[in-house]
Amino acid sequence: MGEKKGRYGDFGGQYVPETLMPAIHELEEAYNKYSNDPEFKKELTTLLNEYAGRPSLLYYAEKMTKDLGGAKIYLKREDLNHTGSHKINNVLGQVLLAKKMGKKRVIAETGAGQHGVATATAAALMDMECEIFMGKTDTERQALNVYRMELLGAKVHPVSTGTMTLKDAVNEAMREWAGRMDDTLYVLGSVMGPHPFPMIVRDFQKIIGEEIKAQLMEREGRLPDVVMACVGGGSNAMGTFYDFIKDESVKLIGCEAAGEGVDTPRNAATIANGKLGVFHGMKSLFCQNEYGQIDEVYSISAGLDYPGIGPEHAMLNETGRAQYVSITDEEAVSAFEYLSRVEGIIPAIESSHAVAYARKLAPTMSKDQIMVVTVSGRGDKDVAAIARYRGVKIFD
Amino acid sequence: MSRIHKAFENGKAFIPFLTGGDPDIATTEKLILAMAENGADLIEIGIPFSDPIAEGPVIQEADERALKNGCTTDDLFELVKRVRTKTEVPLIFMTYYNPVFSYGNERFFKNASEAGIDGIIVPDVPFEESDEIRSVSKKYGVDLINMIAPTSDERIEKIAKAAEGFLYCVSSLGVTGVREKITTNVGEMIEKVRKVSDIPCAIGFGISNPEQAHTMAQVSDGVIVGSAIVRLIAESGNEAVEKVSSYVKEMKAAANK
Repeated sequence: MGEKKGRYGDFGGQYVPETLMPAIHELEEAYNKYSNDPEFKKELTTLLNEYAGRPSLLYYAEKMTKDLGGAKIYLKREDLNHTGSHKINNVLGQVLLAKKMGKKRVIAETGAGQHGVATATAAALMDMECEIFMGKTDTERQALNVYRMELLGAKVHPVSTGTMTLKDAVNEAMREWAGRMDDTLYVLGSVMGPHPFPMIVRDFQKIIGEEIKAQLMEREGRLPDVVMACVGGGSNAMGTFYDFIKDESVKLIGCEAAGEGVDTPRNAATIANGKLGVFHGMKSLFCQNEYGQIDEVYSISAGLDYPGIGPEHAMLNETGRAQYVSITDEEAVSAFEYLSRVEGIIPAIESSHAVAYARKLAPTMSKDQIMVVTVSGRGDKDVAAIARYRGVKIFD
Repeated sequence: MSRIHKAFENGKAFIPFLTGGDPDIATTEKLILAMAENGADLIEIGIPFSDPIAEGPVIQEADERALKNGCTTDDLFELVKRVRTKTEVPLIFMTYYNPVFSYGNERFFKNASEAGIDGIIVPDVPFEESDEIRSVSKKYGVDLINMIAPTSDERIEKIAKAAEGFLYCVSSLGVTGVREKITTNVGEMIEKVRKVSDIPCAIGFGISNPEQAHTMAQVSDGVIVGSAIVRLIAESGNEAVEKVSSYVKEMKAAANK
C-alpha cells in the first residue's frame, strides 16, 4: 500500500472519497512545485505587502498591561489586514496557486464569513469565479458578510443540511468539489481537512509567528514568554505558534470555545471534550457521540463553531507542546467589550476568546514577562450579535 | 471466503442499497427480506452517519431520519443477525469511517462477522489509507470493497489488484443520486480493471431506471441502485415493501435482458 501522507503523529492523513484523491494529489504536486518557486514566492510577497498590508502591526497594549498588572502584553494585529482578518494570508496563497494550476473557479466554506469574504476578495482580484458555502444559521447571524461576499462577486450558497453551520458548509464544499474539480480548487480556510491542506494553510499562515518573532526581537531583543490565539479549526493559532515550536521557552496557548460551558451540552471545546476520530478528511479530535456521530456544537462565535480541530494542534496537545484552554461565551463577550474600551480596538468575537484568556493569565505573570496575543480579526461583523447578546436592540 | 462471490453467479447482479433504520428497523428488516426474495443478489445496508459527504440529498435525508429515530450501529448488528436466520443473501455494510473507528475496528469487525456481514464499503477511506481497516476486516473474513471513480485513471490498476469481493465502479463525478444520463465511459474504466484482475465489477451512482440498469449491465457484472430505492421507501409509506419488491424484480430482469 502507498505511504501514509501528511501525518502529525497519529493525526492527519487523507480520508477522502476516491473521486477526490486525484484532486488532492494534483494540489499537493502543484504546491510542492510552486512553494519553492522564487517567482511564486515573489508574487505572493508582493500581494501580502502591497494588497493585504503586511506586515501587520505588533502593538504594545500599554493600558491593558497596566490594568492587568502583570505580563507586558503585545497584540498581533491581524485585524488590520485587508478584509479584516488573518484569513487573507492563506487565501492569497491558495488563490494564486489555483491560478497557477490553471483553475478558473474557487469554492470555499465559511463560518463567520471571514474566510468567505477573503476568498471572494482574492477571487475578484485574480479574476476567478467564486462560490461560497455557508451554513444557513451562519448566513443569518452574519448577514452583513453574506452581502459583502456578494458585493465582491461571489455566489453564496446557504447550506440547510445537518446543523446548518460550519461543519455542514465543509460537507457541502467537499461534495461540490467532488463533482467539479477540473476547473475548480477548493480553498480550505483552516489547518484542517485532508493532507495537504493542513500543511498548506499552516505554511501560508506561519508568517504571523515569523513576524511576531522579528518584531519583538526588534522591540524587546528577546522571545516572548507566551503566545496565544483562539482555536476553531486552528489556522491563526497554527500560524502564530509554528515559528515558536522549536523555541521551547515559549509557551503556546490555544483558546477554544466553551460556549455556555465545557460541562454543558452547548459548547465547541474539541480539545476538552473531543475524542479521536476520522472526519473531514483527517484523523483528529472530534466532538462526537458513542457511535461516532458528529455532535452539534455551539459557540457564540460562528468561526469557532466547529466540532473538530486541525491535526497538528491535536498533536501539539498530545505532546504537551501547546496548551489548550476553554473560554465561555460570556468571558469572550466581556473581553470583546474590554478591549474595545481599554485599547479602542474592537476584536472579532473569535479573537476575543484569546483576549479573555490573556485577562486571566497576565495578572499571574510577572512584569518582566512578555505575552503576545493574536487578534485574528476585527469585530465590526460581530457588533450586532453582541448587542443582541446584551439585549440591546439596534437596527442591523 | 465471504458469500459475495455468490452474488455474481446468477447472471448480472442486481445490488440494492437501503439506509438501515429508515424509517425504522422493523421496516428495514422486511425490506431486506423482500429484496432477497425478489432477485437482489447482494444487499447494501447503510449505517447512517451524521455527515455523509459522499451522499446526495436523498440518502442524506434518509440518514437524518434514521438517526432521528434512534438507529445505532448495535441495532443494525442485531438486525443482520435476525435476517441471517432467514436468508443467505450476501449482505454488506456501507458507512463512513468514523462510526467504525469510534466503535473500535476490532470490535466492529468481530461483531459484523458474527452477525453475518460479508463486506463493507467505506467511501471516505481511499486505497492509501485502507490498511488500518483491511488488517482487521481480513482477520474476520469481511471483504473491504474498494471503489474506483471516473477520475481514478492510473490508480485503477493498483486498486483493482488489491480488490476483495467486488469492485465498486463509481459511474459519475460528485455524490450519490439519481441522474438522467451517465456520461462517463464506465466500460473503459472496467477494461482497465480487466487487464489486471478478474474481480467482479459493479457500477453504482446515478442508476435509477431499467434502461440504465440494462445499459450498465452490458459493460459490467452488476448494477448498484441506492437513491432511487431510498426515495421509493420515503415516498411509499406502508406500501414500501410491495413497491420495492416489484422495483427490484424489474431491475434484476432489466439487467439481464
